[in-house]
Amino acid sequence: MTDESRSGDRTKRPHVSKRGLKLPVLGAVSMDRRQALKVIAIAAATPALVSCKPGEETSEVVMTPAPVSNPRARGDAWDPDLIAPTVPWERSLTSDELQSLAVLCDVIIPADERSQSASQLGAHDFIDEWVSAPYEANQSDKVLVRGGLVWLDSEASERFGEGTRFRELTPDQQISICDDICYVPNADSGREAAARFFDKVRDLTSTAFWTTPEGMEDLQYLGNVPLPRWDPPPPEVLQHIGLE
Amino acid sequence: MVGQPDGGQVTLKAQDDYDAIIVGSGAAGGMSAYVLACSGVKVLMLEAGRDYDPVSETPMFQLPFDAPLRGAGTAEKPFGFYDATVDGGWRVPGEPYSSAEGTDFLWWRARMLGGRTNHWGRISLRMGEYDYKPRSRDGLGLDWPMSYEDVAPYYDKTEALIGVYGSNEGLENTPNSSPGVLLPPPAPRAEELLTQRICRERLNIPVVPAHLAILTQPLEADRIARMLWPNNEMARRVTAESMRTRAACYYATPCGRGCSIKANFQSPTVLLPPALATGNLDIITNAMVREVTVDANGRATGVHYIDKTTRLEEHVRARVVILTASACESARILLNSKSSLFPDGLSNGNGLVGKYVMDTVGAGVQGQIPALENMPPHNADGASAMHLYMPWWLYQDQARDQLDFARGYHIEFGGGRKMPGFGSFGGIEPLTAGSYGQRFKEDCRRYYGSFLGFDGRGEMIPNDNCYCEIDPEQVDEWGIPTLRFHWTWSDHELNQARHMQRTFEEIIETMGGHVLSTIHEDGAKAIARPGEIIHEVGGVIMGNDPSRSVLNEFCQSWEVDNLFVADGGCFVSNADKNPTLSIMAIAWRASDYIVGQMNERNL
Repeated sequence: MTDESRSGDRTKRPHVSKRGLKLPVLGAVSMDRRQALKVIAIAAATPALVSCKPGEETSEVVMTPAPVSNPRARGDAWDPDLIAPTVPWERSLTSDELQSLAVLCDVIIPADERSQSASQLGAHDFIDEWVSAPYEANQSDKVLVRGGLVWLDSEASERFGEGTRFRELTPDQQISICDDICYVPNADSGREAAARFFDKVRDLTSTAFWTTPEGMEDLQYLGNVPLPRWDPPPPEVLQHIGLE
Repeated sequence: MVGQPDGGQVTLKAQDDYDAIIVGSGAAGGMSAYVLACSGVKVLMLEAGRDYDPVSETPMFQLPFDAPLRGAGTAEKPFGFYDATVDGGWRVPGEPYSSAEGTDFLWWRARMLGGRTNHWGRISLRMGEYDYKPRSRDGLGLDWPMSYEDVAPYYDKTEALIGVYGSNEGLENTPNSSPGVLLPPPAPRAEELLTQRICRERLNIPVVPAHLAILTQPLEADRIARMLWPNNEMARRVTAESMRTRAACYYATPCGRGCSIKANFQSPTVLLPPALATGNLDIITNAMVREVTVDANGRATGVHYIDKTTRLEEHVRARVVILTASACESARILLNSKSSLFPDGLSNGNGLVGKYVMDTVGAGVQGQIPALENMPPHNADGASAMHLYMPWWLYQDQARDQLDFARGYHIEFGGGRKMPGFGSFGGIEPLTAGSYGQRFKEDCRRYYGSFLGFDGRGEMIPNDNCYCEIDPEQVDEWGIPTLRFHWTWSDHELNQARHMQRTFEEIIETMGGHVLSTIHEDGAKAIARPGEIIHEVGGVIMGNDPSRSVLNEFCQSWEVDNLFVADGGCFVSNADKNPTLSIMAIAWRASDYIVGQMNERNL
């Protein structure tokens, strides 16, 4: 897969450095977060920062360029380039399947005031990446997902008129089908496979959505930034769990 | 040569005047090379994998979003895409192993400079006085030939050298470190504090700072170097210089990826650079050792290895051969070192090589804790792994015969508001009754950070049925006969695994939480697969009696004076304390002995 085919244009990724966190060594230098982190990572390895006492800050930044790839890595699956990852296999779902999948992803995670919908963050594209992977479990998921998409259209056709497709249904109509397959233990006899399909797509949609920068911001995950020191949890957190 | 630690291909024109050959570059090999090279011994290290430089190769801060499959584990990267392991995992391409019928052994290897130290958990617990004399206490298993007191100074030195955070709690069989050795532990996270309170107040389980090989502050290079090497100016210099290049942890990005700022311990950032700086260490990578060679008098002369780049056999010579290839790999080399003098393999006259392989007893339970829901947002990354843990606490119950197993386990636990990754919110349907749509989105927000996992890590007692041998039907792609594993747990391990799960269920329920895992009545279903905890030790055991052990207490072969096995293979018990720290302490002790014997011209 090339970068171009990836979901979510990287240049549009939200800037998440405005989380109230002080970057310890950067001062007023302006750059995007990823770039900032890499510079800090390298700066921290230099004696200039190492000689600082814990908690002591410095404005000196060694602007060594961050590595953009790992020339030592062989680049195959056993020794991939971890600095600049690529997906080595081709996608395999059809554009028609992807359209249907995008609709289902949004039934599972719709847009709201805090974040976009799953398909807006490329969840259907991630599911394509997943089911196209050359591993046994992924290939088995591919059968489950493709079969489930056909089932959704058959069910729509049966319930709402010959030739009606799931993605064309009204939200209420879609929900009437999904309610019957949304929880494996409650699925009626004959709908177990459809329920397993729904469960699989929900899991994959969930991974796809919450691992994006926007998804992480929605959850208010505030880590993955370098800190000059590690402090105990803030008072409101201790209060929340009844420890203060 | 010589391999520069921060770049450049590690290559070498091997010379013929080495004092010692070290096979392997991980915890034991790295430590042996460091101590010997600092002591003026000319060392050649052979590593079966490729050169590896954590400073330039570690994916610091990379997101799951940037990785294939959002970082999910695959056949080639079983611990996830960003795991540091290169050319390894449960399988190594071209290098199979097998299990006898009824055995389901897992063997994790890493074919890279530094081996498994690059991705390990950094948990650094000392074995205690009971752990060195288990048979004397309960009549089971084997005693070590030395006592805790013999090894204690080497624990101090190892901890000071690599940097370990933790505290001295004075708990039973959980030794204190000497003053000035440990680094301060990081403050506990919210979920750790809550667990600590419930365990202490309601369940009488101690929850104390964990010990991990992660720098919470820069090392005091000059003080530590003076302490480690009072009479060796060169060793002081290379040690202090290397320490000064290590930064303190900045509490972001998982240790399992390795660490480009050298804040955690891995052999290629902590042990190999000072060893190389002495000028006494050469390293050849892609060198797959097949056998130790001997002369007509039965003394080791060197090793045969396959150069993986040319696929041709090479031979190198030295006065002393030290195997540190990992417990089972070292056993494999000995078993494959057959000659007319040693028809059953080297140092295997009593047939004990490969015997008494042990792993750690593992069992886990996941829970969801309502008190942790809807937590105010805050950075909960911390030092990647746990800040607190529970050391084994039921010594008195065991003494009163109230438990149905011998030996103990400690508890590792964690969860909370970590970075969302592959599988986040998968399998929460029992809590959400299969919600989807807006309700699912809100359920995820609510439950985020409220999951806790508990894992027991317990002692396995060595038994006659757990061993490895050469598989007569298989060779690897280098033409080297491979290993076949045999395994049978005893009731001690199975009952312990069941006890672990029940304990974790009790903790979670006392916290008002929901148990998400199946609690098994049958210990055989609760226990992790043999090898799965990646603490395999034994197979080349040490002892006091040459007829009942392979090595003496200094890792020296009883049969071949100038042959040593200084890795986890020498272990005769596998306490619940994760083995890496003990491997390094014991390797340092063996290296001191080797230097002494060389000085006395006994080697």
